[in-house]
Amino acid sequence: MRAPGMTLMRMPLTCWGWFVTAILGLLAFGVLLAGGILLLLDRSAGTSFFLPAGLVINDQVQNHSGGSPLLWQHLFWFFGHPEVYIAILPGMGVASHVLSTFARKPVYGYRAMAMAICGIGFLGFMVWGHHMFVSGMSPYSGFAFSVLTMSIGVPSAIKTFNWLGTLWGGKIQLKSPMLFALGFVSLFVSGGLSGLFLAQPAVDNLLHATYYVVAHFHLVMGVAAIFGIFAATYFWFPKMFGRMMSEPLGKIHFWLTFVGTYCIFMPMHFVGIAGGIRRYADASAIEYLQKLQPLHVFMTIAAFITAAAQLIFIFNFFWSLKFGPKAPKNPWDATTLEWTTDSPPPLDNFGGEFPSVYRGPYEFSVPGAKEDFIPQHLAPAQVARAK
Amino acid sequence: MAGTTVTEIPELIGTGRNGGGASSGDGGGEGSGPSASGGVPQRTYVTGMIVGLGGILMFFMALVSAYIVRKGMPNSTWIPLEVPHILWLNTVILVASSFTLARSRSLFRADNEDGFRYWWGWTTVLGVFFLVGQVIAWRQLVAEGIYLQSNPSSSFFYVFTAAHGLHLVGGVLALLSVAFRPTHRLTRGTATEVVSIYWHFMDGLWVFLFLLLLLGR
Repeated sequence: MRAPGMTLMRMPLTCWGWFVTAILGLLAFGVLLAGGILLLLDRSAGTSFFLPAGLVINDQVQNHSGGSPLLWQHLFWFFGHPEVYIAILPGMGVASHVLSTFARKPVYGYRAMAMAICGIGFLGFMVWGHHMFVSGMSPYSGFAFSVLTMSIGVPSAIKTFNWLGTLWGGKIQLKSPMLFALGFVSLFVSGGLSGLFLAQPAVDNLLHATYYVVAHFHLVMGVAAIFGIFAATYFWFPKMFGRMMSEPLGKIHFWLTFVGTYCIFMPMHFVGIAGGIRRYADASAIEYLQKLQPLHVFMTIAAFITAAAQLIFIFNFFWSLKFGPKAPKNPWDATTLEWTTDSPPPLDNFGGEFPSVYRGPYEFSVPGAKEDFIPQHLAPAQVARAK
Repeated sequence: MAGTTVTEIPELIGTGRNGGGASSGDGGGEGSGPSASGGVPQRTYVTGMIVGLGGILMFFMALVSAYIVRKGMPNSTWIPLEVPHILWLNTVILVASSFTLARSRSLFRADNEDGFRYWWGWTTVLGVFFLVGQVIAWRQLVAEGIYLQSNPSSSFFYVFTAAHGLHLVGGVLALLSVAFRPTHRLTRGTATEVVSIYWHFMDGLWVFLFLLLLLGR
């Protein structure tokens, strides 16, 4: 099944991202299922796993007693934290892949990037308590979860600096996939930094359940991860559908979305710090929050404009399916195996001629080579040398 | 990478074509390689089963940790549950079924078709007896007025036994499937191997849960 010559350390980083994501999914979702079953039983079978005594619902005192809502929180967040790494790791893999391809440079520190993906996945299982700092836990537990949470910043920072290192000195081509990959790095840094503040229990006491948290997780999950998806879509659309997407529309989509999402979520940090509380349908009765209303209006307008900008992408996607220029096998001069086959690929992916792997996935700008890239599947004898 | 030039000739590391590679374990030595268009090496199924059991283990461990936490809560309304005595018999039956399964597989490896089928059949029968015994245990509890929602201890008892029992039903169906359905991509040796890994896991898990319910009382 594995391509001859392929090893873990020759895998594209996108595959590393998906690999660790799959492991996280395998181990985390079982816990969600267990919690979900116990919740379902509490709601419909009269059990009291999570429901404490004395609950009054619709003016009726409930029969339940002895359960612990805190138990639900533990079960849920033990799943919930790996879940957010499931959301971001594929995007990280895509970002590495696309940045390298459009900078015409190898990924800086490939091994460290792969190990960092594994490290983020592993540490992601040990930090769930940071969603529960205000639940009444012992300060010592809070300290432990805090330190572990901040330690995830280390592999994340390694990846960020390596992305920058990949770009440094590269021959950068600002095509649509690249723009979204660059946007990913920017948004991941913006969103990730606020996470470090939230990782302090003392600070989280103030910021928990405010819009600061909403700003944080939207920037990382709701924007950075989405930019990873956009980068991947623009990048692999030609391979999947045999046609090129419109580059001008891609650029417009990128700029509107990039500026738009910053307009939505940057002010949201201020709203949170000033005391803007999550999940309030109507805050008009709260005096001190009225001063924040102009920020809310601004963010809402930005959100509507950004949402409308997505119509450009949707139009581009479906229009290009039918009317885009036909795509060659390898429109981006990329190095990995999928670019050796037709666009779109035949049913068995490679038309009977399975490629073998002779080198790593990011051999760009290799001294002595005629082209600025050496695909993974070319035997050494077939690689054209510079005169 | 800095320093890489085209004058290097990288080696082709591991052809992968004889997939499954070195140790295909046992099962009659059937690590037979794939055909060019992507047949899966037999060892892959074993890996798949182990990976799947990892997920299943996480599910049960979530329930176990919920049990331990709930039981240890202060001012708890926890009333320890007297485990129905038939559970002892059920445990013996399930452990015995692991022995009959191991017997069956060693006869399979010795190419003793009749012996293999005989003991495989007994494993299936014992598995069914276990499940019947679990249902009897539930009925005994209901007869004593102990239901799912009676007390947290009974809630957990029913959840543990139901979750394990459902997984065991799957195991029994797998045993029957190996006995009666011809295999396509799996060889029979691999099928018996993966079913047996699953069955032994469910047996071990039951012993663990049983001890937890007994000693944690």
